[in-house]
Amino acid sequence: MAGPVVQTAGGKATRDAYGEALVAVGRRDARVVALTGDLRDSTRLEAFAAAFPDRFVECGIAEQNMVGVAAGLATCGKIPFVSSFAVFVPGRAYDQIRVLVAQPGLNVKLVSTHGGLTVGEDGMSAQAIEELAMMRALANMTVIVPADATETHQVIAALVEHHGPAYVRLGRAPVPVLFDDTYTFTIGRAAQLRQGDDVTLIACGIMVAEALAAAETLAAEGIEARVLNMATLKPLDEAAVLAAARETGAIVTAEEHTVYGGLGGAVAEVTSAHEPVPVERVGIRDVFGESGSPRALMEKYGLTAADIVAAARRALARKRR
Amino acid sequence: MTDGVDLRALEARAREFRKTILQMITRAGSGHPGGSLSAIDLITVLYYHTMRHDPRNPAWPDRDRFVLSKGHACPALYVVLAACGYFPAEHLWTLREVGSILQGHPDMTRTPGVEISTGSLGMGFSAAIGMALAGKRDGRPYRVYALLGDGECQEGAVWEGAMFAAHYALDNLTAIVDRNGLQQTGPTEDRIRLDPLADKWRACTWDVQEIDGHDLGAIVAALDRARATRGRPQVIVARTVKGKGVSFLEGVVGFHGKALTRDELSRALAELDGATTGR
Repeated sequence: MAGPVVQTAGGKATRDAYGEALVAVGRRDARVVALTGDLRDSTRLEAFAAAFPDRFVECGIAEQNMVGVAAGLATCGKIPFVSSFAVFVPGRAYDQIRVLVAQPGLNVKLVSTHGGLTVGEDGMSAQAIEELAMMRALANMTVIVPADATETHQVIAALVEHHGPAYVRLGRAPVPVLFDDTYTFTIGRAAQLRQGDDVTLIACGIMVAEALAAAETLAAEGIEARVLNMATLKPLDEAAVLAAARETGAIVTAEEHTVYGGLGGAVAEVTSAHEPVPVERVGIRDVFGESGSPRALMEKYGLTAADIVAAARRALARKRR
Repeated sequence: MTDGVDLRALEARAREFRKTILQMITRAGSGHPGGSLSAIDLITVLYYHTMRHDPRNPAWPDRDRFVLSKGHACPALYVVLAACGYFPAEHLWTLREVGSILQGHPDMTRTPGVEISTGSLGMGFSAAIGMALAGKRDGRPYRVYALLGDGECQEGAVWEGAMFAAHYALDNLTAIVDRNGLQQTGPTEDRIRLDPLADKWRACTWDVQEIDGHDLGAIVAALDRARATRGRPQVIVARTVKGKGVSFLEGVVGFHGKALTRDELSRALAELDGATTGR
């Protein structure tokens, strides 16, 4: 069981937590270096750059070279954290990530601070809605999507201890702080946030808060939903997924990502192979996004608690058949 | 500049390396002979004259580092690493086989002495820059050498790296461009023109030298000068001949990624042996 769930008003962007977390791990470990490409403000690296100027590397608007430089630094014993928008890293530098980071298993951490649809008004060219699938497909790559600021702090700390390539997707928009300091993140481990035996809601990132809200709505109808925070998409906590399949018989996945190849895909791969149950995937259908406020986009593209509730009803209907 | 350097010994080594490279590729049935032969003189001088390295201690933190950014020329790297003692020479005959420590493109996880995995062009150079940056920031004395193909310089990331290395004044970094003038399907200048290539590097504010990449004395002198250069990264544009040393390979389109037949290999080896006795 995870720590208590404590909704707080206003919320906090996970990128803000990242900026703080990187300074904290930088103080503890001199191997930590930070790289960005003319986005030190957006990626919240100003504090790190000020605290550790010798360990900050401004790479300019040149993401392919940035990833290569990070790989070279890693071969010299550094722990590079490369930060950019998800559309650029991994998007722009995918081949470098594949050949220079994933294949040799170098200790490079790729942290995008503007993942998903909710980067918002800049529109579809700025919205990464498929990069989790890209990163999941790379052997050796750990893929993590923290749900809130607390979890982001723990993820960054955990990655300094974990040797190997990793991708972390963070967000620009403020999200509710779900966890207090009693929460414990472990790489590859799902956190059960709510008990229930009728259906399981498996979510990551900003969709965890939506899943919790959906579970409240379902509870009012007498449907007890288990809620799992699947922060680590890879390696996936298969045991938690299979237990959910066995014990609740129906699953809904929820992610701020295309329904192809991300969390929903990962869960469906495991259940179809070992414990076939209905899996309804809440996510972006086969479309690109558009400009709009984060909330308006989540509503238009089907990423709200109400969408999860509807998916749960579909899953339950299939389960009873 | 080349006083005290036994150029004849280097030349003899490079000639033997050429023979082994062609034998390896023919045995494997695939590989890249042309670009391996154009680069072998440069790599030979680096490992036998210029670089401070210790084959018994490949992880020595202060070793000079060599990055083969044009990874397809790896037979030329493997043959030199084996001769230096990074791994037993018998591995050379397992090139491109399943389970071999010698992959078709360099794999740092398998081959002692390979500093970074390469294979897609325009990448090893960036990694070399990262190594040079780490050395600068940590105050370590090592130097980093990156060998690029000329066709590889069509990759945009090369110029991202060129600007980066100049900005950070990485004077512990030397790039060498194997300017053999041919890429996979024909002359570089007919594909996407590179000239004036040296001027492109000058425009990026690098220290630039242009040499004959098969003149061992010139290579030695250029690398010595690069090592003495302060304040900026250096590039050596080395004019070379693809397939150098074998008449029917020299400058010929079509041997970029094709093994010699057994018969072609015999003729090539006879030519290279003839060169031994002829000089």
